[in-house]
Amino acid sequence: MSARVAAAWALLPGYLAWHVVLSLSALALGVAISLPLAVAASRSIRLRWPVLAFASLIQTIPSLALLALFYPLLLALSALTRATVGVSFPALGFLPSLLALTLYSMLPILRNGVAGVLGVDPAIREAADGVGMTPRQKLLQVELPLAAPVIMAGVRTAAVWTIGAATLSTPVGQTSLGNYIFAGLQTENWVFVLFGCVASAALALIADQLLGLLEVSARRRSRPLALGAVIALLAGAALAITPLLSFGRPASYVIGAKNFSEQYILAELMADRLEARGARVTRKEDLGSAVAYRALAAGEIDAYVDYSGTLWTNVLQRTDNPGRAAVLRELTAELRRRDGVVVLGSLGFENAYAFAMRPDRAGALHIASISDLAREAPRLTLGSDLEFLSRPEWKAVKTAYGLAFSAERSYQPTFMYRALTDGEVDVISAFSSDGRIAAQHLVVLADPKGAIPPYDAVVLISPKRAGDARLRAALQPLIGKISVEAMRSANYSVDRDRAKATPAEAARALDAAIRAAATSPRPVPRPRR
Amino acid sequence: MAGAAAIELEGVAKRYGALVALADVTLRVTQGEFVALVGGSGSGKTTLLKTINRLVAPDAGRIRVEGEAAEAIAPHELRRRIGYVFQEIGLFPHLSVAENIGVTPRLLGWDRGRIAARTATLLDLVALPREVAGRAPAELSGGQRQRVGVARALAAEPAIMLMDEPFGALDPLTRDQLGADYRDLHERLGLTTLMVTHDMTEAVLLADRVVVLSAGRIVADGKPAELLARATDPDVRALLEAPKRQADRLQARLSGATG
Repeated sequence: MSARVAAAWALLPGYLAWHVVLSLSALALGVAISLPLAVAASRSIRLRWPVLAFASLIQTIPSLALLALFYPLLLALSALTRATVGVSFPALGFLPSLLALTLYSMLPILRNGVAGVLGVDPAIREAADGVGMTPRQKLLQVELPLAAPVIMAGVRTAAVWTIGAATLSTPVGQTSLGNYIFAGLQTENWVFVLFGCVASAALALIADQLLGLLEVSARRRSRPLALGAVIALLAGAALAITPLLSFGRPASYVIGAKNFSEQYILAELMADRLEARGARVTRKEDLGSAVAYRALAAGEIDAYVDYSGTLWTNVLQRTDNPGRAAVLRELTAELRRRDGVVVLGSLGFENAYAFAMRPDRAGALHIASISDLAREAPRLTLGSDLEFLSRPEWKAVKTAYGLAFSAERSYQPTFMYRALTDGEVDVISAFSSDGRIAAQHLVVLADPKGAIPPYDAVVLISPKRAGDARLRAALQPLIGKISVEAMRSANYSVDRDRAKATPAEAARALDAAIRAAATSPRPVPRPRR
Repeated sequence: MAGAAAIELEGVAKRYGALVALADVTLRVTQGEFVALVGGSGSGKTTLLKTINRLVAPDAGRIRVEGEAAEAIAPHELRRRIGYVFQEIGLFPHLSVAENIGVTPRLLGWDRGRIAARTATLLDLVALPREVAGRAPAELSGGQRQRVGVARALAAEPAIMLMDEPFGALDPLTRDQLGADYRDLHERLGLTTLMVTHDMTEAVLLADRVVVLSAGRIVADGKPAELLARATDPDVRALLEAPKRQADRLQARLSGATG
């Protein structure tokens, strides 16, 4: 418990710094865009309606979806600018998060800005004209100062929203306090989830109070109070951002990870190996399958682990299954040719999709293979992870066996196992390297028709780093060295309910096991088939 | 009419949709005159006043201010040359009394010393204690606020003052005092004043000349006594006789009560 709190504390400076940089930039940009727009909208009724309607519309889009939408948008835009003016920019991480959060922050500032300017007493407006102010002088000397308290209240609301929504930038590859929440949810580390919630809530609360002070100073027209609030805000932001100042050094590698325990552990393992060679490493975690591969191809991450079957079906869009070795061979050649991506090799284990059932249930229904499952499926409920049901593998299996369940439900992987244990679902799309299969004595159903492709865990290197000797030297020793048993036990140490390890601890334990196996005379057994 | 013209309107017209606010108004105000614009609600008196400092743009006609065509001067520059006082006062709540008074000189780029000296002079002129200078408008009484309003209008030493029911919202005693004080200022500073009022008594007590408007037209124009002698229009007569009638009734009631 206290070890997990300590682990969370250790990550705080980096996460908090990025969270502050992101929220502050989005808020500043939001104010810079919204304030002039609010003034223009307060002047023109024709502009007012569309502007406020657009801002309200943005607000109705779930913030996670808004963040997700900016990734393909920026990717297309980046491709366009690369083709036309030869300049490309990262579509993952800071930029999409910044743009989405900026849009998100605009509504309260716009609404309050319009209300504030329109709320100025008409007599005072007339007096401003009467004493000989130009429209600009009237705006700057009378209307904006009088609207300031209302505008500040809007900025305050926007700040709280932005800080809260910034936790959702983690899945598009931007480090934030959301890393605690997403990683914690995956590994059932509730200390992390709670830590992330408390940290972002505290940040929002502090920002709210300081901006509230600014609002009060605008209301009371107190210059010293305003100055004090601004100094406190700037000092707080500067303090929070300090840890980032040392991050900017060059030769920094970016290791990617998708959103489950095995990926976190392997990313930590690769990062450790790189750091042992003196490299600086940053991690981009919780990426979706398709996002991770495209980010690698675009050079936004330098290396990550993917699975041969995933790439085979999703990237190459193949539906055939020529066998484990052939898939790996063709994949290596094809990814190199198509995207310049290097498949460094298989780590030595498979993490395949596997249909799993509780032993009592499987026994009672006499199910041992997917063919048996197809017979009973109309009376059963399938539980899957969030992406399985939309993946080509599922379509392939469904067609091959004629599977038709009475219901299909999606869960975060962690909750999928719980749902099976609790009997909410009868069968799940499990992962073969998952430690919980053995720990819960689950029955893995055979695939006699070979509909599910092989899923060798492979290390991928971005085209940009294809010739990078240090990266290859650091990762090459891992190839063929991780047995499925070693991976399962590492995964289970993170996923189990008691005495949970953090992914970093699990990675160190795995690393020690690999080194021990390397010095022992007996080699890690090669996978079957 | 003797003397140079301060304000000249020629064939000025203004309509708001179907509503005629001003219809072919021609008016000449000589320098140093105190003119009261009188009329009922919707007679067009406020619209007429506001065309002079271009707060309202006329649809037709010509307006000259101190011999210059008003449309040839940028609105904000024209307004800095003309004092403007209105019923709602419109003091800037985020500025102190002194800052309110000094606003037009500041816009004109006067230096701090000159503005401070002018503010002190004006506080004396409108009979306000100097210590109100640092206060917020909200801390003053209604009468004090309008004194600040008059001081603000006079700050940049304008020759012309436009006043739109300046004392309309004040209690009778304050109103009487402020009116008399302003008339005194008008004399001392050699101002030209055009004042809108719906109160004929106020017009007769303060102005040299009364202009009566009805439905956007001037229906009577002259010294109060002349008007009373000459006017034939029954509405105008009723309006003009109102102060006298009031005074007579007041006299009768008061003497009845005592005798």
